[in-house]
Amino acid sequence: MSAFWSGWIIILSVANILGCVWLIWWTMRRRTGEAAQGDVTGHTWDGDLQEYNNPLPRWWLWLFYITLIFAVGYLALYPGLGDFKGVLGWSSQGSQYTAEMDKAAEKYDPIFKQYATVAVADLASKPEYQEARNMGKRLFLTYCMQCHGSDGGGARGFPNLKDDEWQWGGSADQIKASIANGRNAVMPAQAHLGEEKVDQAAAYVMSLAGRNVDAAEAAAGKEVFMTAGCIGCHGMDGTGNPLLGAPNLTDNIWLYGGSAGAIKQTLHKGRAGVMPAQQDLLGDEKVHLLTAYVYSLSKQ
Amino acid sequence: MESQTTYNYKVVRQFSIMTVVWGIVGMLVGVVIAAQLAFPDLVLWDGIPWLSYGRLRPLHTNAVIFAFGGSALFATSYYVVQRTCQARLFGGPLAAFTFWGWTVVILLAAITLPLGITSGKEYAELEWPIDLLIAVVWVVYAVVFFGTIMKRKAKHIYVANWFFGAFILTIAVLHIVNSAFVPVTLTKGYSFYPGAIDAMVQWWYGHNAVGFFLTTAFLGMMYYFIPKQAGRPVYSYRLSVVHFWALISTYMWAGPHHLHYTALPDWAQSMGMVFSLILLAPSWGGMINGIMTLSGAWHKLRTDPVLKFLIVSLSFYGMSTFEGPMMSIKTVNALSHYTDWTVGHVHSGALGWVAMVSIGSLYYLIPRLFGKIEMYSTKLVEVHFWTATIGVVLYIAAMWIAGVMQGLMWRAVNADGTLTYSFIESVERTYPFYYVRLLGGALFLTGMFFMAYNVWKTAAQGNVSDADDIIAAPAAH
Repeated sequence: MSAFWSGWIIILSVANILGCVWLIWWTMRRRTGEAAQGDVTGHTWDGDLQEYNNPLPRWWLWLFYITLIFAVGYLALYPGLGDFKGVLGWSSQGSQYTAEMDKAAEKYDPIFKQYATVAVADLASKPEYQEARNMGKRLFLTYCMQCHGSDGGGARGFPNLKDDEWQWGGSADQIKASIANGRNAVMPAQAHLGEEKVDQAAAYVMSLAGRNVDAAEAAAGKEVFMTAGCIGCHGMDGTGNPLLGAPNLTDNIWLYGGSAGAIKQTLHKGRAGVMPAQQDLLGDEKVHLLTAYVYSLSKQ
Repeated sequence: MESQTTYNYKVVRQFSIMTVVWGIVGMLVGVVIAAQLAFPDLVLWDGIPWLSYGRLRPLHTNAVIFAFGGSALFATSYYVVQRTCQARLFGGPLAAFTFWGWTVVILLAAITLPLGITSGKEYAELEWPIDLLIAVVWVVYAVVFFGTIMKRKAKHIYVANWFFGAFILTIAVLHIVNSAFVPVTLTKGYSFYPGAIDAMVQWWYGHNAVGFFLTTAFLGMMYYFIPKQAGRPVYSYRLSVVHFWALISTYMWAGPHHLHYTALPDWAQSMGMVFSLILLAPSWGGMINGIMTLSGAWHKLRTDPVLKFLIVSLSFYGMSTFEGPMMSIKTVNALSHYTDWTVGHVHSGALGWVAMVSIGSLYYLIPRLFGKIEMYSTKLVEVHFWTATIGVVLYIAAMWIAGVMQGLMWRAVNADGTLTYSFIESVERTYPFYYVRLLGGALFLTGMFFMAYNVWKTAAQGNVSDADDIIAAPAAH
C-alpha cells in the first residue's frame, strides 16, 4: 500500500488507542465543585432520572488497561499498523501457511510415498495393499465425494465411478489422467436444428439404447444423426469416443438423465462437463492412490 | 392532542404494538427454518421455492433485526427523547412518516425476499429501490430525533439519548456506504465495490450493524428503562462517559474479524482482532452500569418480572460481549468460524439481550401508553420471562455444543493426514442439537404469544386519553 494509506491507518489506529487512555484519565479527574463520590451528580430528567457520581470500578479499569496493553504488544509483533510488518515477520499466507504445509509434508509424505512405485492394478486388488485402498478411500471422501458421492455412485451430471463404463476411458493411465489433469467435456447445443429434428434425433438416440420409441420418428432421427454432425464425436454406431469424452449412447447410461425430456434438453441446450484437475493440489503420490481406489471401485 | 403541551404518544403506541407483531412474525419464520434444518425433507416445504431455507433465512434475520428490533427502537427512542427533553417530537407529521415508511419497507421485504429478490449481502439483502426508501426514512428519523434534542428544556442531554443519537447517525452512514449499488433493473443492482473490498465493506457494515443497531441503541433503551423500573439513579455517570466514547470509537474497527484467514490483508485482520479485544471493557461498562443501578434494590428482582427481563438481558449481554472478543481471536476463530457456535453467539445476543431488553422495556411502556399503571397480568409477564429464559438457554447451549463439535470434527485428521470425518458426518451428528434448538426457539416464540395476549388485554382495558402525556414544566436543578 502507498505511504499515505499506511500513515492513515497508523495515525487513526494509534490515535484511537491513545484516545481510550486519555478518555480514562480525563474522566477520572476530579473537578472543583463537582458532586462528592457516591452522590448524585445533581441533574434530573423526566421527574426522577438521576446519576451517581461513582468512580470507575477498579477491576474493570484493569481489564481495560490489559486489553490496551495487549493491543500495543500485538501490533508491535504482528502486521497491523499499515505497512509495518511486525517484529516477528509473521504473515498468514507466507510464513504460517508455508510452515504448516512443510510440517505436514514432512510428516505425511513418506506415508504416501511407500506406494508410489506399485502398479495401480496391484494396489487395487492385492490383499497386502488393503491399507493403500483405505488411504485412497479417505482421500476420496475428502476431495471427491462432493460431486461423485461418498460411495462413488455419482449423481446427475457427475459420473458413476462404480459401473465400469467410462466416458474418458477406464484404463489405469486414463483414470489417472482424468484425476491429475481434469477433463472438459462439451456437448454443443443443437437448437438450430429446430424442434422437430431435435425430437427425431432424441428418438433415434433412445432407440440406440434399446428403448421403445416410434419407429418412423427414430428412422427420421437417424438421418439427422448421420448428417448433423453427431457422428463426429459419438461415431457412426453411437458408441462414443473416449479420446473426446463423447459418451457411448448405446449403453442406456445417461449422465444428464435418460427421460425423453432430459435427452431433448441435452440436444437443445448442450452440456458442459468439468472434472477439475487435482495434480497441483494433491501431487503425484495422492493422485496415484486415488487412481487405485477409483479403479478398484469398478472392479468389485 | 397535536398541541405542543403534550407528548406525541401516538407514534410510540404504533411502533410498540408493531414490535410485538413483527416479533411474532420474525420469530415464527425463525422457528420454521429451524424446523427445516431439523426435518429437511418434510413435504410441507419440499420443492416450494419461496419456502426454501435460502429465501426464508434472510426474511427471518431482516424481520427480527429491522422489523422487531427496529420498531422497538423507534418506539423507545421516541418515548425517551420526548420524556427526557420535555419536548414534543420535532417536525409534526414527520414522525408519522417514519412509521408508515418503515412499515412499507418491512412489507416490501416480506414480499421480495421470499421471491428470491436479494442483493446477497448479509443483513443488507434488500434491493436498491428499497434501500433508497430506507435511506429516506432514516434521514427523517434523524431529523425528528435531533430536532427534538434541540428543543430540549434541560441543559444536559440524558445518557440514553447519546446512545440513540450515535445509533441513528452511524446506521445512516453504514447503510448508505454499504448499499452503494449500480442498478441494472428495478429488482437487481450490483455492488459498487469489487472483490475483497466488497467483503470488507460488507463486514464493516455487518459488524457495526451489530455494534450500533443491536448494541448501542439497546443500551440507550437500557439507560432509561432500568433506572425507571428500579427507581434508582444510574450507577456511575463517569462510567457511562468512558464506555460510550470507547464503545463507539473501537466498534468501527472490529468488522474484519468476520474475515479471518481469507483474502483480506493480514493488517486488516489484525486490526479487527485487536480492537475486538479492546471492545470487551467498553461493552461491559454498560452491563456494570445497568446491573449496579439495582444495588440497594436487589429485592425488587424477586417480585418484579419486568425488572427480571431487564437485568437478565444484561447478563446475556455481558456473556455475548465476552464471547465475541474471544471468538475474534484468530486461533479461537479457526475453530468457531463457519460452525453453529456463531449461530449460538448471535442468538445469545439477539434473544438474550436484544429481545429481552425490548420485551422488558415494552412491559414498562405499554401500560403507560394506555393510561394504566401496569400490565393486565403481571403473572403472565412472569410466565413469559421463564418461557423466554428457558428457550434462550436451550437454544444457545445446543448451538455451543454443536458448534464446538463441528469445529473439532472438521479439523480431525487421520494418521496419514486425511480428514477423519466427511462434512455430511458432522451434519448427521448435529441433528440432536437441531431438535433442541427448535424446541428452544419454539419456547421463545410461545412467550411472545403470551405477550401479545397481555398487550391486547392491557390496551383493551386502558384508555388512550388517560395516558400521562402532558409535558411537565422544566425541573429546577
